[in-house]
Amino acid sequence: MLQTINNTRNSPLPDEDNEIIAVEHLYKSFGSNKVLIDFSMLLHKEENIVVLGKSGSGKSVLIKCIIGLVKPDSGTIRVLGQNIPELSMEELDKIRVRIGFLFQSNALYDSMSVRQNLEFPLRRHSIRLRQDEVDTLVMNALEDVGLQHTIDMMPAELSGGMRKRIALARTLILKPDIILYDEPTTGLDPITAKEIIELMIRIQKKYRSASIIISHDMNCVKMASDKVLMLIEGKCYALGTMEELQRSADPKVKKFFE
Amino acid sequence: MKSKSPPANNISERTYRTKNYIIASGYISDLPVAATNYYYIPEFMTPSRSWQSFLEETGVLLRFTGRFFSQCFRPRYEIAEFLRQCFIIGYRSLPLIGLTAFIMGLVLTMQLRPSLIDYGVESQLPAMVGIAIVREIGPVIVALIFAGKIGSSIGAELGSMKVTEQIDAMEVSGTNPFKYLVVTRVLASTVMLPVLVMLGDAISLYGSFLGVNIRGTTSFDLFWNQVLGNLSFGDVIPAFVKSFFFGFAVGLIGCYRGYYSTKGTEGVGRSANSAVVISSVLIFLIDLVAVQITDILGLN
Repeated sequence: MLQTINNTRNSPLPDEDNEIIAVEHLYKSFGSNKVLIDFSMLLHKEENIVVLGKSGSGKSVLIKCIIGLVKPDSGTIRVLGQNIPELSMEELDKIRVRIGFLFQSNALYDSMSVRQNLEFPLRRHSIRLRQDEVDTLVMNALEDVGLQHTIDMMPAELSGGMRKRIALARTLILKPDIILYDEPTTGLDPITAKEIIELMIRIQKKYRSASIIISHDMNCVKMASDKVLMLIEGKCYALGTMEELQRSADPKVKKFFE
Repeated sequence: MKSKSPPANNISERTYRTKNYIIASGYISDLPVAATNYYYIPEFMTPSRSWQSFLEETGVLLRFTGRFFSQCFRPRYEIAEFLRQCFIIGYRSLPLIGLTAFIMGLVLTMQLRPSLIDYGVESQLPAMVGIAIVREIGPVIVALIFAGKIGSSIGAELGSMKVTEQIDAMEVSGTNPFKYLVVTRVLASTVMLPVLVMLGDAISLYGSFLGVNIRGTTSFDLFWNQVLGNLSFGDVIPAFVKSFFFGFAVGLIGCYRGYYSTKGTEGVGRSANSAVVISSVLIFLIDLVAVQITDILGLN
């Protein structure tokens, strides 16, 4: 059964202890363009929520607000018990160790090799690691995505799918509790996209992490989602499993699955 | 000019929407009651759109500069990245700067010789070239080449990092991108340009020595004695000091244009291009100010 229609799901779920992200009454606008209007959602441990919405509907803004890259106009974003908009840079850095973010454009550093790209978050966060520990973590992350042989290559030498995998390995290297994916299959052919989705699922099971996935790819929604959230007109318009949403009679929801 | 009652005639709706004052480029009439204080500015005094955007841009640049100074002295210090940038900005620019400086010295000497022969002071050629290169031509030409190479590369690099979300990725990896990318590059430019100017001057004078010897015979010792004997601290110090400012301007503008790059790949090209144009203009403006200051201090 559909849990939310027309932004009615603002009350916490019964298993409140399990919630790791709680967004409440979030507003964000850029000039006169109101992107998020009274948006609320919850994410629980080991849960995968896929956020669906039109281009420019504010999906990427939502996850950038969650990780503290974009400051909301008002509202609360509690991540692992801390309200993100109120945190100082130091506090934000500490909590970001526990959140992975896969960027739409992969955001691999062009001037660094694959090894240096993967080492970057390990060296920059305030974690004290010996060189052999860093090497082990890098190799483990590359093994997870099956690209050990690319360790000394530059991002420009890799294919689109390989770059996505390396970006995923960099996201995973700190073994985050939460992973935020910004359109992980955009620009990939259907076969590579399917491989990436399978990899995401496998990794999520291995690390028992929760995730918010921004996607337009129905295959991704079908394979990776526990729940689907529809972001329409800046609000959490509907939330439910894919099957529930597919059965919905709401014209705006139906439009996405036609 | 301030007026209490509106003159008759036309005004666009857009113009009188401001609360307490009005900037209009034509005639004013039909003002809302709330608008009691307003200013009538004749059309020729009305700031144009491009003038306004210039002032806005200057304001943003000043804020960016202020941010640089506030971040510059606070830990965490990015020493490794600063040294890496010094290597890229300084060492890797040396071949280009060396080549152009050498040609500049050689050509300048060959061009000056006929005029000096006409005045019967050919023997003063090394001294004249030395003063011209050390005081003015060396710092300005090296700074312009530096702006072309480094300003554009910083603008393009940061611009592409911005559009491909690499700057955001740095931030989520526990790094202050402004400090890591901007502060290190601006400092490296500021430090490395004076070094390049000194090396460029030396290479240029060597080119000049070869130029002198194309149509005459002057020993290496005599050439250098003539050059150094006619240079004073008043020639060297102002040139050295202003090259720090040239380096700062090139680094800052390159970073500023790249860091605020928009509109995807097109914006990257624009950032690189405008970084070179703006820093080249700034180099001449700084040079102008430096000459005035040197003059006031009596170092000319």
